[in-house]
Amino acid sequence: MVFVQVITGGLLLGAIYALFSSGLTLIWGMMNFINFAHGEFVMLGMYVALLVMVWLAGGPAIFGIAAAVALAALGIVIYFSLIRHVIRGPMLAQILSTFGLALLLRYSAFWIFSSNFRSLPPNALSGTINLGGVFLPVAQLVAGVAAIALTIALHLLLTQTTVGSKLLAVAEDRTAAMLMGIRPDRMQALAWGLSAGAAGIAGALMATAYPWSPSVGETFGLIAFVVVALGGFGSVLGSLYAGLIIGLIQAVSAYWLGAIYKDIVVYGLFVALLWFRPQGLMGKA
Amino acid sequence: MKNLAVPHLRLVLLAAALLAYPLVFSSAFYRDVGVTFLLAAISASAWNIVGGYAGQVSVGHSMFFGLGAYTPLLFYTLFGWSPIAGIPVGIVLSVVLAVVIGMPTFRLTGHYFSMATIAVAELIRIFVGTWDFVGAAIGLQGPAVARGWWDLTFRSELPYYYVFLAVLAVVLVTTAIVESRRFGFYLRAIKASERAARSLGVPVRQTKLKALALSAAFTSVAGSLYACKTGFIDPDSGFGILVSVQMVIVAALGGAGMLFGPLLGAAILIPLQTATNTWFGGGGSGLTYILYGGIIVLIARFEPGGLFELWHRIWPQRRSRAHAA
Repeated sequence: MVFVQVITGGLLLGAIYALFSSGLTLIWGMMNFINFAHGEFVMLGMYVALLVMVWLAGGPAIFGIAAAVALAALGIVIYFSLIRHVIRGPMLAQILSTFGLALLLRYSAFWIFSSNFRSLPPNALSGTINLGGVFLPVAQLVAGVAAIALTIALHLLLTQTTVGSKLLAVAEDRTAAMLMGIRPDRMQALAWGLSAGAAGIAGALMATAYPWSPSVGETFGLIAFVVVALGGFGSVLGSLYAGLIIGLIQAVSAYWLGAIYKDIVVYGLFVALLWFRPQGLMGKA
Repeated sequence: MKNLAVPHLRLVLLAAALLAYPLVFSSAFYRDVGVTFLLAAISASAWNIVGGYAGQVSVGHSMFFGLGAYTPLLFYTLFGWSPIAGIPVGIVLSVVLAVVIGMPTFRLTGHYFSMATIAVAELIRIFVGTWDFVGAAIGLQGPAVARGWWDLTFRSELPYYYVFLAVLAVVLVTTAIVESRRFGFYLRAIKASERAARSLGVPVRQTKLKALALSAAFTSVAGSLYACKTGFIDPDSGFGILVSVQMVIVAALGGAGMLFGPLLGAAILIPLQTATNTWFGGGGSGLTYILYGGIIVLIARFEPGGLFELWHRIWPQRRSRAHAA
């Protein structure tokens, strides 16, 4: 029974990994661009949830939406003020722009919120639930299920709607999309909004179930790399599967080897992937 | 070639200034700043070979620095050997690691290489932190009192200063030679356009691998020097991400892909860092890193060529005159 609990917990955490990683893979697919500050977006989403709850006494639905909206706005601002200018510049500028942003956000969070671990005050999602002998925190269950639903929603948005087609058109061929009357700049800004918004709401969901400190951004950023590398660059559905797999691997290795080894196993998997299947599980060669 | 066009007079003046610095500013504080400056310049110059000239932006160079820092102290702890004995071992391990990382990632785009370097550095940091053989989270210590000069453990800052200066000279001369050879032209061709370089017959992967290996070897030496001087190393000061950040920012601020870029970057950042640490107290504030992040973003957004390029743009005539001379 303990093992079932470990597996369920891993899958539910993996669902949240899938949600924020789908934001990273979206930007990669759209613009061939890696956002090194993506984990910091997740971390900021957690603090937005905390602030909304403490100051405005908002419930889970309110702080979830607040985190999504706040981070989406931040993503759009960052696109227009920074990314748009470096995207056609040298590789050095592309990588340094979000890498510097990550440092700026991470250490500003240390400065403002201190390095102490935080968790949300008791709320509607506190408590545990008994599912046929498997005890799960309600928050973990709700967060995991919501994350899967949102990742699938993002996938459907990209594949089934006009907006999604426009986004993919810009990704495919910027000039051709422009000739079809699509404004690439707006679409790319939208992609940044969606990507950061997904990270923000993933952060808020995670905050309901797990304690955190400003340093989690670095870990989540790396986990998102691993998920995207496993699922294939640019594939939202791929990152859904890969996120669940990574969550599972982490939970099982923490259970068998001890908690400190769970990240070693995941990053080791990343290095192995680089060697043997650099295009990812679902990616095309 | 343009860097070789720096007039010899300026080069002599620079060398004289660096040689005279610890004699003019003889207080322990200023000498320590000088040593820190040299160390930052050495590691950033080493990073510059692959990150600047070849345009392959590593954000995990701390893995080579950490290897170089750990091996001397590990040999001292295990066998009581002089830390010098560990330096070549660190170099060999770093080159092997460079090949292991470079082989798969250099087939893919530059972003992939950056992701891989950051992940591998983090993997090694966590792993070393759990491995009792290398001191786990506590780290390793060097000789407290030197048994002789070969321990590279001095009471005064002065010997460190000149040893570091000599190593910096070796790194810069090597880079200058690389710059003027065919290899250097290959590197710049790859940076400008990998596809174009390949179509002209440049062995792209091989060249990138060589650049990474050379860069890793020098970074490892920088790590060894750091460990010998500090007499102590732990996972964060060896493999931590901030070690990599410092190399990147020092090189990029001065001018990535320019011979003296890292020197200029270190000359600005190290005094700045010392000042913020003195004013705001210790690294606990993290203010230095907020500042670093801000500077990196500003460089990327407005001046990816660094301050040297800005200088050349503001005073273009000077440069052409220098070329004519």
